[in-house]
Amino acid sequence: MNLRALQRNIPFLATAIVCLLLYLAGCLRYRGFTSPGVLINFFGDNSFLGIAAIGMTFVILSGGIDLSVGGMVGLVSVAFALLIEKSHFHPAVAIPVILLGGILFGAGMGFVIHVFGLPPFLVTLAGMFLARGLAYFLKLESIPISHFLDAITRTVRLPMGSLELPATALIFLATFALAFAVAHFTTFGRNIYALGGNEQSAVLMGLPIGRTKIAVYAVSGFCSALAGIVYCFYTFSGNPSAGMGLELDAIAAVVIGGTLLSGGVGYMAGTLIGVLIFGIIQTGLSFEGTLSSWWTRIAIGLLLLLFILLQKLIQAKKFRTAKTFQTAV
Amino acid sequence: MNAPHFIASPDWKRLQWPLAALALVLVFNLFCTPGFFRIEFKDGRFYGSLLDILNRGTPVALAALGMTLVIATGGVDLSVGAVMAITGSIAALLITKGGASVPLVIAGSLLAAAGAGFWNGVLVGMFRISPIVATLILMVSGRGIAQLLNGGQIITFENRAFQFISRGTLLGLPFTIALTLAVFAVLSFLKRRTALGLFIEATGDNEVASRYSGINTRAVKLLVYAVCSLCAGIAGLILVTDIKAADANNAGLWLELDAILATVIGGTALQGGRFYLFGSLLGAVLIQTLTTTILTRGVPVEFTLIVKALVIVIVCLLQSEAFRRIVLRR
Amino acid sequence: MSNLGPLLSLHGVSKSFPGVKALVNVDFTARAGEVHALMGENGAGKSTLIKVLTGVYRRDSGEMLLEGKSIDPRSPQEAQALGISTVYQEVNLIPFLSVAENICLGRQPTRFGCIRWKAIHERALKALARVGIDIDVSEPLSSYSIAIQQLVAIARALDISAKLLILDEPTSSLDAHEVETLFRVIRKLKVEGLGIIFVTHFLDQVYAVSDRITVLRNGKLVGEYEAAALPRLQLISRMMGKELAEFEMQNAKGRPAPRDAFLELRGVGRRGSLQPIDLSIRAGEVVGLAGLLGAGRTETARLIFGIDQPDSGELRVEDRSTRIDSPRSAISHRLGFCPEDRKSEGIIPNLSVRENIVLALQSSEGWIRYVSRERQHQLADQFIRGLNIVTPGPEQPVRLLSGGNQQKVILARWLASHPRLLLLDEPTRGIDVGAKLEIEKLMVRLTGEGMAILFISSDVEETVRNSSRVVVLRDRRKVAELSGDEISEGNIMRAIAATQTEDTSR
Repeated sequence: MNLRALQRNIPFLATAIVCLLLYLAGCLRYRGFTSPGVLINFFGDNSFLGIAAIGMTFVILSGGIDLSVGGMVGLVSVAFALLIEKSHFHPAVAIPVILLGGILFGAGMGFVIHVFGLPPFLVTLAGMFLARGLAYFLKLESIPISHFLDAITRTVRLPMGSLELPATALIFLATFALAFAVAHFTTFGRNIYALGGNEQSAVLMGLPIGRTKIAVYAVSGFCSALAGIVYCFYTFSGNPSAGMGLELDAIAAVVIGGTLLSGGVGYMAGTLIGVLIFGIIQTGLSFEGTLSSWWTRIAIGLLLLLFILLQKLIQAKKFRTAKTFQTAV
Repeated sequence: MNAPHFIASPDWKRLQWPLAALALVLVFNLFCTPGFFRIEFKDGRFYGSLLDILNRGTPVALAALGMTLVIATGGVDLSVGAVMAITGSIAALLITKGGASVPLVIAGSLLAAAGAGFWNGVLVGMFRISPIVATLILMVSGRGIAQLLNGGQIITFENRAFQFISRGTLLGLPFTIALTLAVFAVLSFLKRRTALGLFIEATGDNEVASRYSGINTRAVKLLVYAVCSLCAGIAGLILVTDIKAADANNAGLWLELDAILATVIGGTALQGGRFYLFGSLLGAVLIQTLTTTILTRGVPVEFTLIVKALVIVIVCLLQSEAFRRIVLRR
Repeated sequence: MSNLGPLLSLHGVSKSFPGVKALVNVDFTARAGEVHALMGENGAGKSTLIKVLTGVYRRDSGEMLLEGKSIDPRSPQEAQALGISTVYQEVNLIPFLSVAENICLGRQPTRFGCIRWKAIHERALKALARVGIDIDVSEPLSSYSIAIQQLVAIARALDISAKLLILDEPTSSLDAHEVETLFRVIRKLKVEGLGIIFVTHFLDQVYAVSDRITVLRNGKLVGEYEAAALPRLQLISRMMGKELAEFEMQNAKGRPAPRDAFLELRGVGRRGSLQPIDLSIRAGEVVGLAGLLGAGRTETARLIFGIDQPDSGELRVEDRSTRIDSPRSAISHRLGFCPEDRKSEGIIPNLSVRENIVLALQSSEGWIRYVSRERQHQLADQFIRGLNIVTPGPEQPVRLLSGGNQQKVILARWLASHPRLLLLDEPTRGIDVGAKLEIEKLMVRLTGEGMAILFISSDVEETVRNSSRVVVLRDRRKVAELSGDEISEGNIMRAIAATQTEDTSR
């Protein structure tokens, strides 16, 4: 790999290095860290964060942001649980209905953002309130889901030697693979990069900006809905309080993964590593036993700061070395 | 009413929609909530639903006052809730473990709050990081820091003097209201009798032209974030003395969003420029009145979330030029 | 040159906006295999004409024919589909994406919905070969210089459609070597039969590469000329609307009494915007900075005021070497600056007239020493009357004032702070004649009181009338300095027109 390619991808490389260092630190400190089961749990336990982060990556790449993710997870988990338990829908019907709902919700927000020119921050914030409110409106406490899901999650596993990949991890990895393909091999994906890179130029280049913007939020809505369903798989219940603060964690994972918050630059693989870092930190803390979850928050905050400063540094350096041009008109 | 001459008479025309909305809610309560407007005087203190609303609304009102300054410069501060939690935790810590005197406790915790604001200000003003991102960092990690300080528990305390902040009365009215009005008076004074009001509004309206005119826009930004967090700190003290405990997880949860909403309702535009402190107070009162009304009707508190969502959308649509164009064309 | 019929022809094309006639009855033809330069000063209508050609605007009247067929493009995409491509000064591509991807964006070859990256790579190489460059197309666009980026933009434009190529001020950001490369590409494309419209204000370049020149002025067509047959002086006079014979209006001022320099630039320059320049401005004098659009006048002012930083040379204020690294620093040295772009750099739109006027004064006083309301009103009234600012009152938001009055407000802002040196960049643009004269009288009074003024104006007559010394810039360099009797419109125009070897001073 030549030097220039390395230089170009400094944020991503930095993330990968940090991830590796954290993992090694964990392995050195805790004996159980090196077991493959732990590795699998990185993916399984954080699957709904990971799926939400994948949707968030698309939105941030396009230059926007989606704060409704957590609220959606709560709404979806309750709706799904109600559909299965109270209305006795078959999961094969309930799941597509929920996913469609997620797509429509996302597209709705995208529509308002594009057509009325409202800031994505506010519109998705309203979306978050709306979703969370609807979730509580539907049900105030959590709803346990019966053996239906149990059967599914037990059968859908991938044997790998003496271990198995749980369904949640599988879905996460499958979503990642799909997202990777879309981002790098479809015109839709490339349009997202263009939109985030320079919206004005993208318009002048004749790219379908409106459609892309609305679609990107629809994709995020889909991912949030999927994350909500996976949450149900993971906890065997639907909970209106699920996903509190998930959007912030997702944004953090995306930024740590090397995607610029201003859009146009970033990799899906980066988000995957960002989620891994989350997993490593949390597992490490649980191994430590004495410390509690607040260290995760602080660690994530610090990492976030580190990577944002790194991004700024790179941008500043680029600006200084490039020629600056002033013209009279 | 003859307001002191350094507090300008509010721009009543701009406030007509929030005032109308407030009037609507109050009228609704007049008919549907018995005893809503009743006020009693017992043991040297006034009691009543109206006072309850004002009392409960003070944390949001304080946060909104500070947020108004930040929004006026074209920014936003998402860490306000987290700062409240941190302030409360430090105060609780100082009282229980440190055994400090009440003035010292207040000074220490407010210093921490101002420090947090200064941190935000440095990130936004010096490093030129986008305000959403910069304040997100503290929003994410702030509660973690608060919990760290508390050792993961909810620290409780008993200190009558300290609790005066939220329990005490001044001239029969809850002290919290007096505190909020005092902050409002100070900020109004700074706005109208020093050049700060001009500098903040100019920076938010056209940063380049302001810089070319000699305004130190970096310093202005640093200042507003520090003040915003300071106001949040005061709110945090109210919260912590109200429940006599520092709850890092729930203190001021989602309050930043209410503060932003109150500011926007009060007439300050999100892009920055002119700001209206009284409008933000009114916005906070409206939000609190709405919330209380909904609760007393027996509707679960979650419904307020939906209402808030709708309010945000409506306010923004009204501010959106594209929307006005499409609607007016019909 | 080519002998084909016209590729594109416009007849009697007009375009108006509320209050402004941007184009009036303009004819224009472009031929295949020919480079046609479009020139004109501010407000000439160049950019409007280009926007009509490329579908950004729709013309109000007149005819547009492409290869004999009537056309009416309603969007850039439509124009592109017809074969008219434009490359702008700010390269409108996506900097983070690779060169290859930029060339093919929106038209990627796919198989079953899946992008074929190899095909993109090959297509990009072919497109670039057409403009004669060979670079690594998998590198991001931003890793290349603006010159290369421009060539990529041209390659993309040609790859999409290739009948008429419009280059809108392509050389503003290029150095001499890169300009040569661009011209080589232009000549190559010319030979291949492409029609090229070249919009620019750099005189030397126009003569280096164009076959024909069209001059616009105030929205009207002045004329179309063969480049080889039009002497430079005549071109300039056409652009400015002045005939040589009129050039005898001399400066009425005598030689100024030598006084100490308040501000001196010694070899101050900035790569990409201004070549090292010597300039001194003395107390009590008006130094006029003359030159065509894009000559470097605003760049000079920005360097003096600390908005941009020079990378060479020395700045001296009151005979002491100093650094001015920000507008605040400049103001502390008692400088003031009325920018050319008053909308985005001058006015605080939603603040009142009074607040705008008081701003610079207040910022030098600091935040505690609040200029009292009475004093603010006093100042506002003083300047509203003195400069004849048309406003319902001092509390009117500045954005509601007309452009000319906004300009006066900005002028008032600086006058209120009593600078020692005032930089005025196009202060009389958009102001009525009566007000212009008032400003001129004001300048006389101010310099009489000891203020130094740097006066930038596109109106040569005005410059001559008001300056005690004139520094002439061309193509980002200083080419002449005139004082006393030397100051005349003729001399200024001749200095601009002189070719490189004839430059009289540095």
